[in-house]
Amino acid sequence: MAAADQFETHEYDVIVIGAGGAGLRAAIEASAQGARTALICKSLLGKAHTVMAEGGIAAALGNVWPEDNWKVHWRDTMRGGKMLNNWRMAQIHAQEAPDRVLELEEWGALFDRTKDGLILQRDFGGHRYARLAHVGDRTGLEMIRTLQQHAVHKGIDVFMECTMQRLLKDGDRISGAFGYWRESGRFVLFKSKAVVLATGGIGKAWRVTTNSWEYTGDGTAMALDAGADLIDMEMVQFHPTGMVWPPSVRGILVTEGVRGDGGTLKNSDGVRFMFNYITPYFAAETADNEQEADAWYADKKNNRRTPDLLPRDEVARAINSEVKAGRGSPHGGVFLDIATRRDPDYIRRRLPSMYHQFRELAGVDITKELMEIGPTCHYVMGGVRVDADTTASTVPGLFAAGEVAGGMHGANRLGGNSLSDLLVFGRRAGLHAAEYANALAAAPRVDDGEVEAAARTMLSPFERAGGENPYAVHGDLQDCMQALVCLIRVEPEMQQALEKIAALNERLQHVTVEGNRQYNPGWHLAMDLHSMLTVAEVTTRSALERKESRGGHTRDDYPDPDPKFGAVNVVTRKRQGQLTICQEPLPAIPDELKPILEEK
Amino acid sequence: MTAGSEFTMRVWRGDASGGAFQDFRMDVGEGMVVLDVIHRIQAEAAHDLAVRWNCKAGKCGSCSAEVNGKPRLMCMTRMDIFEPGETITIAPVKTFPLIKDLVTNVSFNYEKAKEVPAFKPKAKEADGTRRMYQEEVDRVQEFHKCIECFLCQDVCHVIRDHPENKPAFAGPRLFVRYAALEMHPLDTNDRLGLLKQRAGLGYCNITKCCTEVCPEGIHITDNAIIPLKERVVTEFNDPVVWLLRTVTGRKRKTADGAGS
Repeated sequence: MAAADQFETHEYDVIVIGAGGAGLRAAIEASAQGARTALICKSLLGKAHTVMAEGGIAAALGNVWPEDNWKVHWRDTMRGGKMLNNWRMAQIHAQEAPDRVLELEEWGALFDRTKDGLILQRDFGGHRYARLAHVGDRTGLEMIRTLQQHAVHKGIDVFMECTMQRLLKDGDRISGAFGYWRESGRFVLFKSKAVVLATGGIGKAWRVTTNSWEYTGDGTAMALDAGADLIDMEMVQFHPTGMVWPPSVRGILVTEGVRGDGGTLKNSDGVRFMFNYITPYFAAETADNEQEADAWYADKKNNRRTPDLLPRDEVARAINSEVKAGRGSPHGGVFLDIATRRDPDYIRRRLPSMYHQFRELAGVDITKELMEIGPTCHYVMGGVRVDADTTASTVPGLFAAGEVAGGMHGANRLGGNSLSDLLVFGRRAGLHAAEYANALAAAPRVDDGEVEAAARTMLSPFERAGGENPYAVHGDLQDCMQALVCLIRVEPEMQQALEKIAALNERLQHVTVEGNRQYNPGWHLAMDLHSMLTVAEVTTRSALERKESRGGHTRDDYPDPDPKFGAVNVVTRKRQGQLTICQEPLPAIPDELKPILEEK
Repeated sequence: MTAGSEFTMRVWRGDASGGAFQDFRMDVGEGMVVLDVIHRIQAEAAHDLAVRWNCKAGKCGSCSAEVNGKPRLMCMTRMDIFEPGETITIAPVKTFPLIKDLVTNVSFNYEKAKEVPAFKPKAKEADGTRRMYQEEVDRVQEFHKCIECFLCQDVCHVIRDHPENKPAFAGPRLFVRYAALEMHPLDTNDRLGLLKQRAGLGYCNITKCCTEVCPEGIHITDNAIIPLKERVVTEFNDPVVWLLRTVTGRKRKTADGAGS
């Protein structure tokens, strides 16, 4: 691999990597600010993970419950995140989410309506009021299509099926990114004053996951390699309700909307077991009997929320305990029942894609039969450390929004808070990246040596004869993380995971791919493995560091929350190729906001 | 079908320069879909087998292919609809140029999308809200279910058998999008002239092939294309409309925001 004539070069003020909700919203905003903007995505436009989001967008519009407002939403988010959230991100999110939802309507989105013709809102876990703007159970599709079409009409340059592998720097500053076209395998260099990472999550490092092939932690690993701080990477959310049967669909998401619309969890004895798992932390706001729980859907003033809608970490742990106690379903999950709770027409109208998905993939009619469900890796709360207001990372010129960023959701994300997060911080990332780029006098310089080194690394799987199969290495990593760094964690298992990850890193040096560079998934996976092994190691090391249980991070050897750890972020950095992990204090919540947290 | 059945998967391998079907004998377990088997081939036998996929749950529309000649999503095609021992042919969609194996160049659809005049909402209500009622959004929500798998485009004989029509024909997917905008309760933009001319609505002779393959069950022909055709006819050929326009001196509203 010789000179620069072997790849094409583009120059922009801002490049946005990732075209889900956050990336699209960032590109729209950067472009609106007058920055020359490119949107770069690994798949075709409109296929990003956002398209799979089902339940809704959390925003305190107050259309169904006028009592709702940003303060209640902020409180729910902070408590749901077990207070590990960046309070300021959670505040901005709660305050700006309604405007972002209404903006989608201005761009053509059609949400389900209230009787008065306003945007309807549905109940979801951890939210005090029915708060999620939605379209049946395909809200993500509506959101991504609306943003996609708006971006197309604005004439933003889109680079589809184009994967970025390396962030480039001029001294301390970002100067661009380097990657390849999937179709041709040819390299492509983007020179850019600012980069917005909107690459999503890391779930493909686990075996049972809701995540698609794209979710390999690229942005997280690229940011770390470029010197950015990561925080709280131990905080991985296992969604309580993934499909468990048949084996080929294990992990596919079953929306929390099933429970939001009246569905309930049952064990093999037919018992609604969630009443046995109400922790003291949520006792004051949770119904302790079936009558009150069922009445809550219609009357929130006089009843407390059903424990079926406790935050996801609580529900996932409860399901795990039921299965371990021998009260699981035939295929190792528990039952989710909407059939006996709501009439078929209602179910088909509210949950059309769940109806379709179970009928087609599992041969189950959810209007008549129980679903079998169990926890599945869904979301990473941790990620790139960002400034709450600007989404700036610790590397000048590098911004991050959406799942790849950390802090907003603390130790556990509430359902519905992801889509709103994408919109709120996607917009802010685009805005501040454009401002940063516009203020920069001269374009940063791209270091040819850095580019050539990246190109050599990317081509190495073609040039060696190690004989390792990239799919086998990936499969072994998934099994390792699934078995050893999953919902319930203990130190010896995580130490074992680190040894295995080290061995897998060794095998990665011998991964070999066949065929040529044209649309070669084996080669693409070989390149993604670096990211996946990086995030797997960071997650494991961070999980070892946090010697407590909190939110998505449950340690059998430290089963309780520890106030000492509740006051810190676990921070990961890479310096001279070495990872360092340390604890740093959380930003302090201002006194004037504290009383909101105490409201019952 | 019982677990552990064996099938022959006859998969297209090749690129624009040519290719051939290649057979793979594969064990198939309970509940597996065609995409699972393709992934197994990738992992075990042909690491460079090109295929698109994302959600594996019928929501993203990436894994379109022709399975035994029928346009389908591979993630939603269960192996147990086939007889054990059967040979299953997996070919790329025919209407779009081949890139490699099961991956085709679908940029046609993205280019056509750029030509659709943007959504242009009317003024807000006096109280600053947008009021729409479920009854009026229902029919548009049907169109918004489209996952852009482009199977309707693949099966549409206007372009499947006559690629020369592509420059002057947007195809069923885009007609669904035009219909969604035209019937949007808030939209004020006009796309009928474009539909008649550049989008080539008149080419469609309502054979309903598109409707039959839609994995979302959108009634493309009945609910999108036919009503659009009626609107175009009313707008351009209705003598009453013509007379009114002549008498009142009012011109057709013109589309704006087309392309960009």
